[in-house]
Amino acid sequence: MGKINIKFIVFIAFAVLLLVLAQNSLDDYSIRILNNIAIFIILAASYNLINGVTGQFSLEPNGFVAIGAYVTALALLSEDMKWELFQLEDPSPMILALNLGLVPALLLAGIVSALVALTLAFPVFRVRGDYLAIVTLGFGFIIKVFAINSPEFTNGAIGLNEIPSVSNLYWTGGIAIATVVIMLNIVYSKYGRAMKAVRDDEDAASAIGINTMKIKTYAFTTSAFFEGIGGGLLAILLTTISPDLFQFFLTFQLLIIIVLGGLGSMTGAILGTILVIGGTEWLRFLDGHMNIFGYDLGAHPGLRMVVFSIILIVVMLFAREGIFGKKELSDLNWFKKLFGKKDIK
Amino acid sequence: MDLLTFLQQVINGISVGSMYALIAIGYTMVYGVLRLINFAHGEIMMVGAFVGYTMLAVFETSLLTASFVAVLVSVATGVLTDKIAYKPLRQAPRISLLITAIGISFFLQNSINVFFGGTAKSFPIPEFFDRLINIGGVIFTPTVIIVPIITMILLMILLYVLYKTKYGMAIRALAFDIKTVSLMGVDANKIIMLVFIIGSSLAAVGGIFWALSYPILTPYMGIMIGLKAFAAAVLGGIGSVGGAVLGGFILGFTEVMFVAFYPELGGYRDAIAFVFLILVLLVKPTGIMGINFEKSRF
Repeated sequence: MGKINIKFIVFIAFAVLLLVLAQNSLDDYSIRILNNIAIFIILAASYNLINGVTGQFSLEPNGFVAIGAYVTALALLSEDMKWELFQLEDPSPMILALNLGLVPALLLAGIVSALVALTLAFPVFRVRGDYLAIVTLGFGFIIKVFAINSPEFTNGAIGLNEIPSVSNLYWTGGIAIATVVIMLNIVYSKYGRAMKAVRDDEDAASAIGINTMKIKTYAFTTSAFFEGIGGGLLAILLTTISPDLFQFFLTFQLLIIIVLGGLGSMTGAILGTILVIGGTEWLRFLDGHMNIFGYDLGAHPGLRMVVFSIILIVVMLFAREGIFGKKELSDLNWFKKLFGKKDIK
Repeated sequence: MDLLTFLQQVINGISVGSMYALIAIGYTMVYGVLRLINFAHGEIMMVGAFVGYTMLAVFETSLLTASFVAVLVSVATGVLTDKIAYKPLRQAPRISLLITAIGISFFLQNSINVFFGGTAKSFPIPEFFDRLINIGGVIFTPTVIIVPIITMILLMILLYVLYKTKYGMAIRALAFDIKTVSLMGVDANKIIMLVFIIGSSLAAVGGIFWALSYPILTPYMGIMIGLKAFAAAVLGGIGSVGGAVLGGFILGFTEVMFVAFYPELGGYRDAIAFVFLILVLLVKPTGIMGINFEKSRF
């Protein structure tokens, strides 16, 4: 530690350069997809921390993304806009008073998500990890139930629209890079090693003095924090949010991303995001009209999802390690050969 | 609230509770032998309801035939799920199993969605069930009476199988210690298949009952119902069949009474199961009649 890693800085500079190039040379559609990819990198990297690195199967992202999106949207909308938007009931004074800039709004989104995660973690991690999956799955639904039934906070089923689009590719891309850097730092820190120990053998980890409950809570809260921020960016990108937007499908997409990339690998999460989000655009033809050898098969909306679930099951059955396994890009042999392995840790 | 309305709600609560109980048994039994939260279980119930719908609406069979076919298809789905998605991963880390379970659940939802189209289907209720009975001012449909009765009969059969037959003994032994029991000459895979057959057939019956009581079917109905049934199983103590039944009845009863007493909070009905789940984990993670799986690992 302490030594500045030159190659690391080079990679970050390269990534920033790509962002600048993309923002200046691509059309709106491509920039939108890139924005989407950047947001999903934030979500996938943080989801990977609890699911891949700590090995606790959790289905939380859609819940925390929803919280982050709502908090950010409410913080960014001006008071006049809120009076205009809230049709079912008058907005509560607390909501009216909430008015922040972009960065504080995103931070608030992250902090609220993290606090909710902390309260959830306490009952859940008292028992072994299994319950986390079902509690977090239910949590996503509870957020939806709450969003629909408390119109004074969330404008009910109508949702919020005309969220000011104050972010751009520099913000989403920059936060994505920062998230990955922070995640990698966590993974290689003593906490990261403790998380991996919990994943590989919880009994052994607790026998050598790791407070497994604390480590699991730490991983869960951290990922919730970044998922909240990602949710905020998503709300700004979409400019319209409603309780129906944050379905379980969001979590499912992220699950495929990290499984495909390799559970526990942050660089795998990035590659998985590019493959899955790119693939989602490419597979759009499945939902439309199809013509195979002259037979009109008709339109089957939802076929894309069937294909996705089959991909997930097949990867899990036959290539459980995903593309990178638990390794990072810098751990792979060809990468070491290409760039020299002296100062890549 | 007057006494008559209260009685009516009691009957409704028992009926809803029976359905949760039927579905919760599948969760608790699979958890018992495989230590797996079978996410696809809610979808197996949904498949049962949709097959019942197809038989009644398209082939116009009687409800009994429809239920029979629904049970068959659900059992086939459950057993195939185990063979394809769970069996190859018996030795794998548990997180892999949970991921394939989620994959199967998503696959079933969306296949049904593609096959039947996105719109909600309305379940054709047979005439016999589609009327109101009035006994001394208490008004109810025949469904709320028949559901608990059939549930009780099925439970009796299940308890007989579990506690009086050789196969039942094998299931209980497997839940206790799968490795040792396999060494003693019990074909673990065959018994696990039996567990899936029992769980799936009860889920299919639960699905038909659900469709009779709430006749709007969507491909995504299984998530919420499955989640609640799982919460019921945890409440009663996961791994214990009696616990699942008890949990199911408590949950169904609470839900119905909550909506009856606080109609203005009716939108939060779906949150009750979740609150139960959190409370159980906080106060007594093993549930009311639970077995301590944490300790048995050592």
